[in-house]
Amino acid sequence: MSTNYFEEDITSLHDALVNQKTTAAQLTADTLDQIQTKDKQTKAFITVAADEAKKQAAAADTQGITADRQLAGIPIAIKDNIITDGILTTAASKILTGFIPVYDATVTSRLKEAGAVLVGKTNMDEFAMGSSTENSYYGPTHNAWDLDRVPGGSSGGSAAAVAAGEVVAALGSDTGGSIRQPAAFNGIFGIKPTYGRVSRWGLIAFGSSLDQIGVLSRRVKDSAIVLQQIAGQDENDDTSLPAPVPDYLAAMDGNIKGLRIAIPEEYLGEGVAQGVRDAIEKAVDTLKKLGATVDMVSLPHTKYAVPTYYLIASSEASSNLQRFDGIRYGFRAKDVKNLEDVYVRTRSEGFGDEVKRRIMLGTFSLSAGFYDAYFNKAAKVRHLIQDDFTKVFADYDLIVGPTTPTPAFKIGEKVNDPVTMYMNDILTIPANLAGIPAASVPAGLVDGMPVGLQLMAKPMAEATIFKVADAFEAATQFYTQVPTAMKGEK
Amino acid sequence: MNFKTTIGLEVHVELKTKTKMFSPSPVTYGEAPNTAANVIDFGFPGVLPRVNKNAYRLGIMVALALHAKVTNETHFDRKNYFYPDNPKAYQITQQERPLGTNGWVEIEVKGKKKKIGIHELHVEEDAGKNTHGASGYSYVDLNRQGTPLVEIVSEPDIASPDEAYAYLEQLRQIILFTGASDVKMEEGSMRVDTNISIAPIGSDTLGTKAELKNLNSFAHVRDGLAYEEKRQAQVLMAGGEIRQETRRFDEPTGTTILMRVKEGSDDYRYFPEPDIPPFHISQEWIDEIGSEIPEMPNKRRERYVNDYGLPEYDAGVLTATKEMSDFFDATVKAGAPAKQAANWLMGNVNAYLNEQQVDLSATKLTPDHLAGMIKLVSEGTISSKIAKKVFQEIITSDTDPRAWVEQKGLIQQSDPAVLTPIIDSILDNNGQSIEDFKNGKDRAVGFLVGQIMKQTHGKANPQVVNQILMAELKKR
Amino acid sequence: MIDRDQVAHVAGLAKLQFTDDQLTAFTKQMEDIIAMADQLDEVDVGDTTPMYQVTNLSNVFREDKPEHWQTRTQLLQNVPEKEAGLIKVPSILDNGEGEA
Ligand SMILES: [Mg+2]
Ligand SMILES: [Zn+2]
Repeated sequence: MSTNYFEEDITSLHDALVNQKTTAAQLTADTLDQIQTKDKQTKAFITVAADEAKKQAAAADTQGITADRQLAGIPIAIKDNIITDGILTTAASKILTGFIPVYDATVTSRLKEAGAVLVGKTNMDEFAMGSSTENSYYGPTHNAWDLDRVPGGSSGGSAAAVAAGEVVAALGSDTGGSIRQPAAFNGIFGIKPTYGRVSRWGLIAFGSSLDQIGVLSRRVKDSAIVLQQIAGQDENDDTSLPAPVPDYLAAMDGNIKGLRIAIPEEYLGEGVAQGVRDAIEKAVDTLKKLGATVDMVSLPHTKYAVPTYYLIASSEASSNLQRFDGIRYGFRAKDVKNLEDVYVRTRSEGFGDEVKRRIMLGTFSLSAGFYDAYFNKAAKVRHLIQDDFTKVFADYDLIVGPTTPTPAFKIGEKVNDPVTMYMNDILTIPANLAGIPAASVPAGLVDGMPVGLQLMAKPMAEATIFKVADAFEAATQFYTQVPTAMKGEK
Repeated sequence: MNFKTTIGLEVHVELKTKTKMFSPSPVTYGEAPNTAANVIDFGFPGVLPRVNKNAYRLGIMVALALHAKVTNETHFDRKNYFYPDNPKAYQITQQERPLGTNGWVEIEVKGKKKKIGIHELHVEEDAGKNTHGASGYSYVDLNRQGTPLVEIVSEPDIASPDEAYAYLEQLRQIILFTGASDVKMEEGSMRVDTNISIAPIGSDTLGTKAELKNLNSFAHVRDGLAYEEKRQAQVLMAGGEIRQETRRFDEPTGTTILMRVKEGSDDYRYFPEPDIPPFHISQEWIDEIGSEIPEMPNKRRERYVNDYGLPEYDAGVLTATKEMSDFFDATVKAGAPAKQAANWLMGNVNAYLNEQQVDLSATKLTPDHLAGMIKLVSEGTISSKIAKKVFQEIITSDTDPRAWVEQKGLIQQSDPAVLTPIIDSILDNNGQSIEDFKNGKDRAVGFLVGQIMKQTHGKANPQVVNQILMAELKKR
Repeated sequence: MIDRDQVAHVAGLAKLQFTDDQLTAFTKQMEDIIAMADQLDEVDVGDTTPMYQVTNLSNVFREDKPEHWQTRTQLLQNVPEKEAGLIKVPSILDNGEGEA
């Protein structure tokens, strides 16, 4: 068979493997074929790890794929800021040219333990800084629904790979919306778990107090299966949460009757395109029809989320990215005269403009005389933003709204206007500042491009998100739609 | 013009742990470069710090031993700067809320006691090591990267190089006794940076301070500061100005040499470490650690003088190291009279250690064996001459002294019923000596004793031999 | 507001260098970004405590047990220049010891 990911999900692939209708080796070969064909258009991958994938598939076949191992033999893509032992890992930066890690991220090793096949490393904005995957040293990724448009970012490669049917699921990371915004732009599901739910060991740090690894997939259930495997406390991450991980699939019973849903008025303001507002209203009607109650609420500090986020994330990033100094790994500038040269020229030549902008902002915000007015002020406003959520969650199970103010924009449209680009993240950033789980589920098309419904829940309540997203998916069946550009591709 | 001197000391002490402050790689000394490190120590992309509980515990222990207030609500901060031995380009340290504040140690200089305040102390990670090659290159070894440190910052209470010296001696001894560190300057487990300023007496502001680095011994600290005191006075007397600069001590000339002039202050961009949750240090844990702190040297000296009646001098020698003092206490506990235990430790034991250039722990001697040997002497089982033989045995091998002297037949013969016939037969065979004795020639006694000792293979108790011999001679 | 000299100073701290043209462009962008950040001036935070982390975890410690370290070959595998098991870097000019 030639696997068509528009017609399969992890469960159907797993059944085929268990019933020996196919093998992991065959599935991996198919997947590598798909990638070879489709990636010419999407450019979703930085590295296709064909040899390693074939080895892992062969090992899965040898071990035998049993009913209890849902991910055994399933090909999965990984964002290139997640460390993979022995496989080039660049975070889409020139400064990590040729970097071959000597250890595995916790998520990588947990997927390997489950027998999943890691087919390659997906494109992204350099060091996850961006909302369009245009800030990649390896060039932009293209949206599967319109190749002239961005796939969103920074997990644009993972989103495009899933949307184009190159893989069934992919890992991404989300610091200010980097999973949910590309999921929305590509008409797929994407979840950023509670901060601390998934170990950050092996995630190349951007904003340490905000970063979280999550999953993107066409079907809600597939993300639940993958998250189930990667979530949970890890001794290598002191900020990982000790709470047990509930059974996500068991929570997805289709019944959302009586669920209390809130819509923040600030999420439907004038910055949000009319078409997006219409789609969200329609989605809310669907949720009501499924038995949920929906009220308007206020998250009054929402408008400060963007500056708060950019100060905190950039400050942490300015420190996190200092280790890229040309001394122990990656790129080192040529013909350096002295140590200062190694530092300054390596970093000036090795980082792209957006990364430099954020390093500059962060360095400024932490520097003597500015710390209180910028970094520390932002840390206080962050507290107020979290308090807004805590108040609403006292009365509601879920907060919904649009994931993004507009559908995907054109490649090149915003790249030279950082502030406009930053404002694009206004609806996704608050969840990162508060540390709560949030996801985007497809809510239809606006002018032929997908838009997403964002679902935000209480800390640790990923199960609520899966339950609602799954019921919504069943009611709307967006996943049956195939991107125009990918039609006819097998 | 007369000046008053103000000295500040910043002391870094490596904590004695098995693993690094923020990574589980081993703490070692003298291993091949870059063999005792891991991806955390190398600052690889994606790694995260993991806090060593024992290092934090030892930090609290040092704080308590220095009478500091332990901070209950605290966290780590990042200190950002680029340097090849600093792989993340930030050091994880404590800036905003150090582990301890407001400590003190008491020093004594020329019979005058004085308390020196400790402003704060905090735990942090050590850097790797750079070596500077001749060819325009430097070389980096990251084995030391991440070794736990406690940094101890004094108040500007130190008013002379001698006080600085005394402060360091006290600090070293106190920390040594906690067992939290080896505090060895020569191995770098204790490192000292100083700053010194002078100001005219009566002035209520401090002068501009110079920092002094590259100080490899307490003597260098004292000598470097003494040189700086003079140099700064000369500059000021000549109408000059002290610049804010870093100087290093030059051992061959005993002077200080300018390294660099500081322009403005460094900007380390400190902020709270986001990868490590904060700490709520409970009073229970602090009390528990406090109860584990061994008795401090000043308390021990008091006890040796007051309870054991030892001279001050002995008490001082015995508390030079915790090892020696612990050994002494254990020997006394094992039954040895304090003065005799002290004499052996200060005499033969120290002589042996000096001669062999080893620590007490490197020998086979145990307090039980030492006390056992002392008992053999005091009960007359062996002579003090034999004791020296026994000592050689028990310091080089794990041997029970009583069993050994029995097995070797070295037990002293003190029984008159055994010795009298031997002495009589020797007198019978040495008529000339008896005559000499009667004629007042004392040498004859020495000769006779020698004969008796020869006959008894040195085991006869000399005092008993003397008594019997004199009595028997008188009978002839 | 931030001026060109401040931007240059911050670049120095961050070990970045810019050409004159880049510096002009960056200064303009930094002005815009900082103007955005200055919106926080209007927020009255009262006595709100700064929030640096969101987990509410505390006292996470590891036992003092050696484990998980790499071989020198692994650690040095990515090093651009090395010699005799050491990382090689152009000389450190100021001859200052790193600080701990
Ligand atoms: Mg420090
Ligand atoms: Zn220090």
